[in-house]
Amino acid sequence: MAIDGLITIPMSSRPQETIDTLETEARATNETGTAGVPRTLSRRGFIAASTGLAGSVVAGHAAADSLADVPPREPGADLSSHSERSKYVKIDRVPEAGPGMRNVDPDNAINAKTPHQKLVGNITPTDLHYERSHAGVPDIDPAQHRLLIHGMVQKPLVFSVDDLKAMPSVSRVVFIECTGNGWENWKKADPDLTVQHTHGLISTNEWTGVSLKFLIDLVGKERGSNWMLAEGGDGAGVDRSIPLTDEILSEAFVAYGQNGEPLRPAHGFPMRLIMPGFEGNLNIKWLRRLKFGDQPWMTRWETARYTQLLADGKARQFQLRMETNSVITQPSGMMEIRPGYNRITGFAWSGHGKIAKVEVSTDGTKSWKVAQLNYPVLPKAQTRFQIDWDWDGKPTKIVSRATDDKGNLQPDRASFIARNGTNALFHYSAQQTWSIDEAGRVRNVLA
Amino acid sequence: MSSPSKLVLSLTIATTLIAPALAYDFGRPATPDEIKLWDIDVRPDGKGLPEGRGTVANGKEVFAENCAACHGEAGVGGIKDRLVGGAGTLSSDKPVKTVGSYWPHATTLFDYIHRAMPYTSPGSLNVDDTYAVTAYILSLNGIIPADGKLDKASLPQVKMPNRDGFIPDPEFDPARLFREK
Repeated sequence: MAIDGLITIPMSSRPQETIDTLETEARATNETGTAGVPRTLSRRGFIAASTGLAGSVVAGHAAADSLADVPPREPGADLSSHSERSKYVKIDRVPEAGPGMRNVDPDNAINAKTPHQKLVGNITPTDLHYERSHAGVPDIDPAQHRLLIHGMVQKPLVFSVDDLKAMPSVSRVVFIECTGNGWENWKKADPDLTVQHTHGLISTNEWTGVSLKFLIDLVGKERGSNWMLAEGGDGAGVDRSIPLTDEILSEAFVAYGQNGEPLRPAHGFPMRLIMPGFEGNLNIKWLRRLKFGDQPWMTRWETARYTQLLADGKARQFQLRMETNSVITQPSGMMEIRPGYNRITGFAWSGHGKIAKVEVSTDGTKSWKVAQLNYPVLPKAQTRFQIDWDWDGKPTKIVSRATDDKGNLQPDRASFIARNGTNALFHYSAQQTWSIDEAGRVRNVLA
Repeated sequence: MSSPSKLVLSLTIATTLIAPALAYDFGRPATPDEIKLWDIDVRPDGKGLPEGRGTVANGKEVFAENCAACHGEAGVGGIKDRLVGGAGTLSSDKPVKTVGSYWPHATTLFDYIHRAMPYTSPGSLNVDDTYAVTAYILSLNGIIPADGKLDKASLPQVKMPNRDGFIPDPEFDPARLFREK
């Protein structure tokens, strides 16, 4: 049952689950091994107390409810060369082998999912950024890594990592999303899934590198070369054909930095392509070759793999842009809430541009309310939303839907499935519904 | 226009012209020989295919030695991707996507084996063995005969059963994308 700590603890034994991420962490620590350790007074506990819900509900954790119970100050641990997460915070990715094949042996994992139910804000911690690697994580010595740019160019060139770092740089906060994000819910909704399982294949980081346009100018791309093959230095040599539209030419870049430090190996060290708003697998990791040509190469990845089978047996190809999407992360799957005040929060994103509006329904889509967006709202980046909710204790369903600045509205499941069938495997972007029963248990449902 | 602003203008032009010359210092020219080492991609029209040839019979041996452990003895029943069968399942509730039922181009099979297989030592098969094992997988799917063979000229001519099974997304349709302007 304990597949990944907090989120699989049977709800029956954790009556005080709430939507407050940080408090949830503290509580999980208590319940998974350090029972009896006093927890500090949380904002949530304060709200519960102040609204008369205190008595029975927070009694189990009352040890520090008086300031007198808070442990005294004392000299702390030695400073170190780099800081670790608090021992009270249990937060991890979930390795997975495919829909429904979770917590597998690392040998068999093809991806690792981000724990959105435990995160706040818009930036994913670097070590918790989701990962999809097609042939493991290569061990690349940057001194021996080279980027070859050739094909339909006037002057094929070879670059080292230092060459790239010497060039004018760009930095941008963008989401990267695996096309398999959401793939758990194509045909059915397992009730024991968390938002990490349903939506853990998207993350947002700040990436730094050199604009594609700058590199193109260096090699002198020939007219008529409108496609670019980007190839990785991993065992699979993952390669994708990229159409050089004006948008891609002005936004794509080759990154060597991630949240201010060199890329992590799992994310393409020492360099990768960043394609804001497009399929995760186009953001080629461990980038070692860019080749220019006049047509797509029809690689395995863009024919046999990342194509979407429709109901009639035909497959959609070159569906490169990621869709307008959103999900509620608190409260979400396997959490438990109490009647009264609850803050609903989550995030929205769109490969088309900026999030313009997020609406939340707390009555199973009968009515919608506009949620507050947390600044900054950046194009092609995760955007946090939140809304206050007074739950009357009756069973209901909560749903979010996003609209972007191009007017694209995230579809409901019925119309989404009508258009895409249930075999597509990739590009699932229907509204996510969480059901809540009379005991406050939050569960994954289709709609 | 006064001469100082003319001067500014010509300086601007000069700077623009100089920029590529400065940029020349980034990176170094790639030599034809080293490009050849890395230039492995193959297109559906056969561009990029190396000289070489292989038979189905030869491919059966190569497959048994290098591929069967993961993909099953005849491309079915292994621990990794199934390579054979699945015809007629693509519109069912349990579609079986294999080389035979799904892949639109035979050239892609050669390219993928050449770059990525076998998983534990990618790129270790020589060109003839790659043609051979490509031929064997196609023959298992009934796409070329059991006594068939493949080379640079014949591989792009192979018509895959699901060749017309793909609909390009309207926004990035290669047939239309750069032709409407």
